[in-house]
Amino acid sequence: MKKNTYLMKGNEAIAEGAIRAGCKAFFGYPITPQTEIAAYMSNKMRESGGVYLQAESEISAINMVLGAAATGTRVMTSSSSPGISLKTETISYIAASDLPCVIVDVQRAGPGLGGIQPSQADYFQVVKALGHGDFYCLVYAPSGVGEAVEIIHRAFDKADEYRMPVIILADGILGQMMEPVCFDDEIKQDKLVEKNWATSGHQEKRPPNIVNSLILNVNSLEQKIVDRFKKYEEIKLKEVMVEEYLVDDAEIVIIAYGSTARIAKTAVDSMRADGEKIGVLRPISLWPFPNDKIEEISKKVGNILVVEMSMGQMILDVKAVVEGRCKVDFCGRTGGNVPTPTEIIDKVSSIKRGD
Amino acid sequence: MEGKTLFAGFGGQGILFAGKVLSYIGLIDDNNVSWLPSYGPEMRGGTANCSVCISKSPIGSPIVLEPENLIVMNIPSFKKFEASVCVGGNIILDSSLIKDSKSREDIFYYDIPATYLAKKNNLEKLGNIIMLGKFLKIIEYKDKETVVKGIEKSVSKKRKELIEKNIEAFEIGYNN
Amino acid sequence: MKTVFEKTKGLTDAITHYCPGCTHGISHRIVGEVLEEFEVLGKTVGIASVGCSVMSYDYFNVDMVQAPHGRAPSVATGVKRVLPDNIVFTYQGDGDLAAIGTGEVVHAAARGENITVIFINNGTYGMTGGQMAPTTLLSQVTQTTPKGRDKHNDGFPIRVCEMLSTLEGVVYAERTALDSPKGVMQTKRAVKKAFKSQIEKKGFSIVEILSTCPTNWGLTAVESLKWVEKEMTEYYPLGVYKDKTDKGVF
Repeated sequence: MKKNTYLMKGNEAIAEGAIRAGCKAFFGYPITPQTEIAAYMSNKMRESGGVYLQAESEISAINMVLGAAATGTRVMTSSSSPGISLKTETISYIAASDLPCVIVDVQRAGPGLGGIQPSQADYFQVVKALGHGDFYCLVYAPSGVGEAVEIIHRAFDKADEYRMPVIILADGILGQMMEPVCFDDEIKQDKLVEKNWATSGHQEKRPPNIVNSLILNVNSLEQKIVDRFKKYEEIKLKEVMVEEYLVDDAEIVIIAYGSTARIAKTAVDSMRADGEKIGVLRPISLWPFPNDKIEEISKKVGNILVVEMSMGQMILDVKAVVEGRCKVDFCGRTGGNVPTPTEIIDKVSSIKRGD
Repeated sequence: MEGKTLFAGFGGQGILFAGKVLSYIGLIDDNNVSWLPSYGPEMRGGTANCSVCISKSPIGSPIVLEPENLIVMNIPSFKKFEASVCVGGNIILDSSLIKDSKSREDIFYYDIPATYLAKKNNLEKLGNIIMLGKFLKIIEYKDKETVVKGIEKSVSKKRKELIEKNIEAFEIGYNN
Repeated sequence: MKTVFEKTKGLTDAITHYCPGCTHGISHRIVGEVLEEFEVLGKTVGIASVGCSVMSYDYFNVDMVQAPHGRAPSVATGVKRVLPDNIVFTYQGDGDLAAIGTGEVVHAAARGENITVIFINNGTYGMTGGQMAPTTLLSQVTQTTPKGRDKHNDGFPIRVCEMLSTLEGVVYAERTALDSPKGVMQTKRAVKKAFKSQIEKKGFSIVEILSTCPTNWGLTAVESLKWVEKEMTEYYPLGVYKDKTDKGVF
């Protein structure tokens, strides 16, 4: 065992990773299955000299995030599906005010109060419309505890770099699972980008800074949005993250993200042992989506199988890229059920039989 | 040491903790490991279980659906998971709590009255580690030093006094 | 030539969008003057709310954050918690604070959040054209209470200062009215006391300012002032509802 390796739950590791990434404030509200993040923060954030506060509501928590982000502080909140729904209004304001922050969504089953078991049924919400208006958030979907720690650090960096909210889209499995993570004794603090836009008091040395999302002039608002979309184009070019697992010689490629990708890999290992040429493509960034890689694959393989813990949401993005070049099938469970490797193998068999 | 193990029992029996100790043992031995608990209201007085995967290669699905080893400490869990154990697998059961008949002939059953032994040795609530000790004996795991380290890593820093008792419980299970 | 009067440095040179006869301008000036007098303009962060006061981010000569509707106390909390030595205030209307944002202000007050809330109570939603507010008086005609506010249908107006003064975290709560020069001077004293308690880190402070909305009330500026004095102060009595400024709340 390497030095400084610990078994940690995904939720706790995300919290520790955030503190090490320079997060100085956490505002949260209890909801299963992400509560360990808040619990960990309530202890460790204070120890590290940061701010921890349990808000009276999800709405209040995300607005505290807005306030702290406006001062230029690295800040985060975490929640699970119904709580994220409550936060969306303010996430839209944060995006429109060009503020950086990190939001963790440990998805549970919906709709409504739904259930507390793992789910990926909030893909549409998080990737497409995390609030009203024309905007996107960077969305990362780690599939293991160690990767989640790397990603949370990246999330803070990218939030600052692009001045936008970054979402870590996890699920109950990743949040609750323990895996080994390595944390050094010493915390090396990165030099943060200068935030000359922050509202931390002008000290009578500059004109007031204003963090605002209201632009009543239609042309000015349009221009602001168009400029923001230029930034989004840059992000699409530079920030795509994707993992290929045995894809090179594959005749069938499974596309899955987060916990589901791990289950797909187990299915693939088992099928490879039987001589099947099959692989997994795992989008790590869901926005931007790995369009180019999927397009390339769609030109080589006969079938793509999308596996999700939902009735099929990411599959629409896959189909939009594939444009009919190959068949796209779906295998999924919902309501808190998790697809099994056997279900995936059976689906692949049926695809091969041409059912 | 590699394998897929399912710990199952009631909330409060230390099911998740026993899984954590095993995970640490796997980790100390330079394996990939994952530990996944059941979570939610079922934990409050209901059944609890956790999946532990230990492997030299990266771990795909962390969910143990067909355990090679089932370590089980109550009747509902025994009934629920007995059939799922893979052929040739092991069930280690707490015979002081589970009196049910065993229905399979293609797996191995190992009885240990862990809860009784814990009480008798003044190690209440450590039936879980007695079970773990028995399991490690069955798979012929020999490195006691690693077990001790695994226990040390798993016990909360605030409750160091429990380390010795856990080691004692392990010894009872291992030597039973 | 000797300067006898100057515009406060607490306000920018922007021309406000407020209607003639509206008292928002006076409230702005009072807040600006108080911040200037305490010499804290350089370390103040103001939170603009949604409603007529939304564009106050252009008027106060301090760093400003515009909050979602009703959430200014939470945004202020976020700012204040990471910058505890700065001065943080919210400037909110009655729809913002006492309807959609009731939860936020109650909990900020309960936490004893060391911020100052300037609460403009004019009994109506001004920005959207004069609909019923949580503070609209019984029988008061608005766009959405065309026959007057009916308690059987619309319930009763909320008295914010009275309600918040029951909370332990509130160090100072006073209601004033901008209905006369005397009222203006009293408002300034109240605002000063509220900010002073924040500078001294004594807890949550609020000044509820009874204000006019001639445009939506359908009254002249002078009639509006009289309406504040005669009608509003009867239901919303002026005075100090809580004063623990000697010791603070903690």
